[in-house]
Amino acid sequence: MSKKIAPVLASLTAAALFLTTACSSSDDSPDSGSTAGNEKVALTYWSWAPNMDKVVEGWNSTHPNIQVTVNKQDGGDPAVTKLLTAIKAGSGAPDVMQAEYQKIPTLVSADALADISKEAGSLKDKFPAAAWNSVTLGGDTVYGVPQDSGPLMFFYRSDVFEKNGLQAPKTWDDYAAAAEKIHKANAKQYLGTFSASDAGLFAGLAQQAGASWWGVNGDSWTVNINDAATQKVAAYWGGLVEKGTIDNKPMYTPEWNAALNDGSQVGWVSAVWAPGVLEGSAKDTKGKWKAAPMPQWDTAAPATGNWGGSATSVTSQSKHPKEAAEFITWMNSDPAALKLLAGTANVYPAANDATSALTTPPAFFSDQSDFYSIAAEAGKQTKPFTYGPNVNVAYSAFNDAFGKAAESKKAAAFTESLATIQKATVDDMKNSGFTVAG
Amino acid sequence: MALTTTLPRSTTASVAARPARKGRGGVPYAFLAPGLLLFTLFLAAPIVYAGYLSLRKVKVSGLGLGSKSRTEVWAGLSNYSRSMTDPDWLPSVYRIIGYGLIVVPVMLGLALLMALLLDANRTRPALSSFARIAIFLPYAVPAVVASLLWGFLYLPRVSPFVYALDKFGITAPELLSSSWVLYAVANVAIWGGTGFNMIVIYTALKSVPTSLYESARIDGASELAIAWRIKIPIVMPSLVMTFVFSLIATLQVFAEPITLKPLSNTISFTWTPLMKVYRDAFVRNDIYSAAATSVVIAVATFILSFGFLKLVGRRAFTQED
Repeated sequence: MSKKIAPVLASLTAAALFLTTACSSSDDSPDSGSTAGNEKVALTYWSWAPNMDKVVEGWNSTHPNIQVTVNKQDGGDPAVTKLLTAIKAGSGAPDVMQAEYQKIPTLVSADALADISKEAGSLKDKFPAAAWNSVTLGGDTVYGVPQDSGPLMFFYRSDVFEKNGLQAPKTWDDYAAAAEKIHKANAKQYLGTFSASDAGLFAGLAQQAGASWWGVNGDSWTVNINDAATQKVAAYWGGLVEKGTIDNKPMYTPEWNAALNDGSQVGWVSAVWAPGVLEGSAKDTKGKWKAAPMPQWDTAAPATGNWGGSATSVTSQSKHPKEAAEFITWMNSDPAALKLLAGTANVYPAANDATSALTTPPAFFSDQSDFYSIAAEAGKQTKPFTYGPNVNVAYSAFNDAFGKAAESKKAAAFTESLATIQKATVDDMKNSGFTVAG
Repeated sequence: MALTTTLPRSTTASVAARPARKGRGGVPYAFLAPGLLLFTLFLAAPIVYAGYLSLRKVKVSGLGLGSKSRTEVWAGLSNYSRSMTDPDWLPSVYRIIGYGLIVVPVMLGLALLMALLLDANRTRPALSSFARIAIFLPYAVPAVVASLLWGFLYLPRVSPFVYALDKFGITAPELLSSSWVLYAVANVAIWGGTGFNMIVIYTALKSVPTSLYESARIDGASELAIAWRIKIPIVMPSLVMTFVFSLIATLQVFAEPITLKPLSNTISFTWTPLMKVYRDAFVRNDIYSAAATSVVIAVATFILSFGFLKLVGRRAFTQED
């Protein structure tokens, strides 16, 4: 009995504290008050965002009875592997977990996330529809609160563009023409590279073109990796690689870092978080970069995709799901927390209110005062995209198939790869027993 | 009375006989116990568990969302058939055969050559021990670190060698491109493994009495003939042992390619059989087919190494007889 009541009382008290954060700590000394008020709840939180402990300090200092400890993770993939292992083992999972949007269906399907629709369902209007859709998977269950998003943007070396008499590309045709002109003028320079190891970026580019690789149709899944929109994107990048006007080497290698820094890579189709990466990889080129909206397929209907972004979820093993839900609600929607997220943890908050927290451009783009208005515009144009329960299967198949295609430098190999990925993804789902339409 | 006298007699007889038998039966087990216990806990049990897992699978119902939508069921041999018919499986097997054909002869050849050279130079112990340590040192570098080091040397824009060659107007080949990548990975393994094998062979050489060489020299044998006719036949058991070790290491190659993977387009997730196991278990989250592939690799390793030992058995163990 007492075991069942204690958490409820604790959470009620916590809720009361939550409403009166300002005075709660001074009014109630820990020794006085009801016994339930002394019930301290300790939560663990897995995250890989930098400085997250400083954001959490903002919560801990005002919520003495719900203390959160950040446990720094290596990154999205290792954290998911660890969490799934803990779920299988029956213990060892944290209370709160940073979860990339594309991993949420995988985690839900492994029964790793708790439903927090009671605590956080009312937050729907505070987030862009695409982000909210990622945490509800289109249903009524809420598997997390969106934290950050990564709308795609285009980054380029303005000095190189000026030298070649070029403007920021408005369409993908412009981008192709600019890539050709730059490479012709200087055979060592490329406007970009096709990276076979970044399936997330390619998915974002397909998203921009209108693809949604998975979908739910009644009681069955649909998989559309080889659809017309994705074919268009694959053919486009395959064409550029075949022509040799862009490079075919993967991103995030020492080679690529050096190429960004020495001016061999003079553009990057990336997301709103790119300044942080460029600051680390291309520090010698500071002040020469500019951000622009994504090149478009159809300028009349501007669209963009996402690369990265994550939600904060409560795990199914948490013994204090209510307190955990309260904490993540605060962290991702409270104005003070959003300011900490943007300013200290350097993430681009998903919440609609965040625009007010983002006034000064990132340090690497300090001259570009409209940086965050471009980002906000991109965020609004993000197309809906549904992830499936086996994103990792599709992404690893992407790596292998497009790795071969990029190495062969043949546009036909790019478009053929999509059929391979589609088949690997559907076969895996059918083998596991998922109902897959078509 | 008669009864009481005969009884003690029979008991003393059996008591006298028993301790000896008991001692012979129990003591060896007591000595073996720690080994057997550790073997059972950390080798046999996991193997049995992997075998069990390889016969199971998770069955999802419907959309697979929400709790209770997953159940573990018996899978029969379907994990095995799925693993073996995976289009990536055979290429990865062929690839490590090619990899083994490069690594094993080159590494053991180099190790033998260096051991013989060091052994021939017995007159300058200080120089010889420095050389020995220098050759052995790469073995002390973890494979992941070694792969990262070599990875930097392979990438044209960060490699000092490519830079230097470029200064002389020579364009270095792209070592991580599809035509070179097998050699690039093999090179890391050879660099790391030669020293260890050299030490094994060298130690065997050192135990050869010098009187053998003296008599050979009196008979007019050259240093080359001594090496070929005396030293190599004598260290044959060590060569066999290093060969079996290298064979097993080849079948299990993993750290080097998985570390170099993100640097290039040419190393896939299923580049070697063990990488496929890793992908299935940790990328695809399917430990069941990973277990099936592991069992197949373990059986293949067992057959190959014991088959080879049986083939050369008499030669390999002449030293112990």
